[in-house]
Amino acid sequence: MSHTATEHDATPAAATAEWKPNIVAFLCNWCSYAGADLAGMSRFGYPAAIRIIRVPCSGRVDPMFILKSFERGADMVLVSGCHPGDCHYTSGNFHARRKLQAFRELMSFLGIDPRRFKMSWVSAAEGGKWSALVNEITEEARRLGPFTGYPSCENGNGRTTREQGD
Amino acid sequence: MIALTMDGRQAEVQDGQTLLDAAKTLGIEIPTLCHHKAVPPAGACRVCVVEITGGGRPGLMPACAYPAQNGLVIDTNSKAVRASRRLTLSLLLSRSPESEVLVKLAQEYDAQPLFSSPTPQPPAPNTQHSHGSTGTAKTRQAVAASKCILCGLCVRVCAEVIGPSATCFAGRGRGREISTPYKQLSDVCIGCGACAFLCPTGAIDPAEFCSHPIEQIPNEFNCGYDVRTPIHIPFPQAVPNKPLIDRENCIHFKTGGCGACKTICPAGAIDYDMTDEIVEEKVGAVIVATGYQLLDPSIYEEYGYGRYPDVVTSLEFERMVSASGPTEGELRRPSNGQPPKTIVFLQCIGSREEQTGGKPYCSKICCMYTAKHAILYKHKVHDGQAFIFYMDIRSAGKNYEEFVRRVVKEKDATYLRGRVSKVFPRGDKLIVMGADTLGGGQVEIAAEMVVLAPALLPSAGVRELAQKLRIGYDQHGFLSEAHPKLKPVETNTAGVFLAGCAHSPKDIPDTVAQASAAASKALGLITHDRLTREPTIGIVNQATCNGCFECQTVCAYGAIGPREIRDRRGTLLAVVAHINEGLCQGCGACAVTCRSKSIEVQGFRDDQLYAEINAIGSSAPLVAALPSGRHGNGSEK
Repeated sequence: MSHTATEHDATPAAATAEWKPNIVAFLCNWCSYAGADLAGMSRFGYPAAIRIIRVPCSGRVDPMFILKSFERGADMVLVSGCHPGDCHYTSGNFHARRKLQAFRELMSFLGIDPRRFKMSWVSAAEGGKWSALVNEITEEARRLGPFTGYPSCENGNGRTTREQGD
Repeated sequence: MIALTMDGRQAEVQDGQTLLDAAKTLGIEIPTLCHHKAVPPAGACRVCVVEITGGGRPGLMPACAYPAQNGLVIDTNSKAVRASRRLTLSLLLSRSPESEVLVKLAQEYDAQPLFSSPTPQPPAPNTQHSHGSTGTAKTRQAVAASKCILCGLCVRVCAEVIGPSATCFAGRGRGREISTPYKQLSDVCIGCGACAFLCPTGAIDPAEFCSHPIEQIPNEFNCGYDVRTPIHIPFPQAVPNKPLIDRENCIHFKTGGCGACKTICPAGAIDYDMTDEIVEEKVGAVIVATGYQLLDPSIYEEYGYGRYPDVVTSLEFERMVSASGPTEGELRRPSNGQPPKTIVFLQCIGSREEQTGGKPYCSKICCMYTAKHAILYKHKVHDGQAFIFYMDIRSAGKNYEEFVRRVVKEKDATYLRGRVSKVFPRGDKLIVMGADTLGGGQVEIAAEMVVLAPALLPSAGVRELAQKLRIGYDQHGFLSEAHPKLKPVETNTAGVFLAGCAHSPKDIPDTVAQASAAASKALGLITHDRLTREPTIGIVNQATCNGCFECQTVCAYGAIGPREIRDRRGTLLAVVAHINEGLCQGCGACAVTCRSKSIEVQGFRDDQLYAEINAIGSSAPLVAALPSGRHGNGSEK
């Protein structure tokens, strides 16, 4: 299954110069959240397109959180944790890595371009890396354009699940 | 009870005790050679004679064999007693002039040898001392005739305490000696060594008449440079400072015989039926201080460790120069027993080296103990010369650099920056080929001893222990702290703390500091009436948990266990997961794994996180920036 074959929303034309993507980031409390904090303290600039949700550990991120984010209008989802081997909880990021890689395989089946889901390892000391990362994925999100929902999930009345409201 | 008078003092002793026992209760010292409390008395040496002056038949009697009687009046140091002892000692000394014990005792009583006799010569020794022979081989001289006083204590202990009767008297008159039956190698000797242990003059060596080899047990604490007995105190200042029996080597456990230590122990403390037992204790905190072991330097063939006896490790050198060591602090070359005039220390053996089987890390302590060893060496061998090959001198620490400078300046130690390529023997010396990168060029040192400073490794088995305790360890097996700066003695498992080289190579001051920190952390944990913890931990909804225990497999802390749900009558209704609040750290891995969504992390509950996600979907500035309302949420409608 090719990634783009099922992606119906790829309309890069929609990504105008002014358009800002909506990126949801799940950051672990101990490394990436602190790294993002350090980026702020160090006055590293990065696009305001990202919205951070703090979780205790990347292993706390349920795949349902990611789906829900897309449903609620995210154009891209990022999960970031401690570097492998440096997990505050010993092994939480290994659980996350294994589980979310498996989840990524299922994204095409759900009609979401897997490129819209990112994982990264940012330590508490890597403010610069966090800034560069956000710049990079924002740029990629702009290239991919807005996420328009799950066409494969259309129901009888032709509306996507999202348009049905909550 | 029996009451008697000894040297004008009243003594009370039990029935069946001897005059010697009575003297002991009064603290009166009576010299004796042939007596040992483990062996029935024989009155053979006559050194212990005392004078009975009243209450019985007067005369000189051996105190070790004379039973105490009511009303006896005894003088232990009368003129007659002293004269008798002087004569006895003079006669004994005439026969056995080389016995140090005898010489010392004779001086006390001013006894002189009555004649300088030619030492009684035993029959010409047979040089064929083939172990395991059929019994035709003759014994060599098992007893040093110039020391033996023929008291027969060895014969008695073997026959009456140990049992096999391996030794006996042989010959008559001046030819009388201690030997084995028919002077043949003894098959019945069990090699217990009780005869040698009890011999008052140190004259007997059972290895010379036992038909099978008597195993020498290397003393582990002295790195095998001397031997120990099967029952031994592992090392000086051991805690507890009590002997233990090494069952693998103990004659009693091997043959069922001997039992000498049990007979001799005055406290009756020896119990052969004791077995190892597993003691279960409930504890509030665990401090892991499993220490280190040294890398085996024989993996580096170029240094010749294991092939050349004069190439030793720093730990072996440490024992050699220790006052409690195998040579009582005299530094001697293992090859020929002479003090080494030139010594070469090689540092970083297996440290900071990964290509050929070493470790990438610095073992940290070697620079300082090698400097200390150079000082110790100069204290032992004043005219000796010490060379030290090093990679870098890492003397960080209070007064450490000054210490190394002092070794160079005052002790005249030659520090050479470079590695050694080869150590090989030439004559009775070891040639050390090395590079001097600061001076430039090759150096060749004819050394008499080479000391290697091997890398520190974590103790064997520490990985299994860490897995049991659920604490982390690195690729080398050193245990991981919870945070390198802020939690240096804690581990990721609550209540488990680290100290010493189990954590990383460190010297004594660092270890003491870390151990103190670990102890106070542990005390801080267990001295409170209540434990404090982070509130953000997992809880199980017992109503919906179906007991699959998938959560248990992902928990890094072993915090999840089963809990039985019973009704009032005690009938088991269900077994559900339960999270130990003291162990849970709130990572949430279990909450994600739970298929029935029965676990929630307090503060990061699913509904709380979904609320955050929903809120992000409605984030106003983003919506405003959109070209269309497509990214709005349900509230727009």
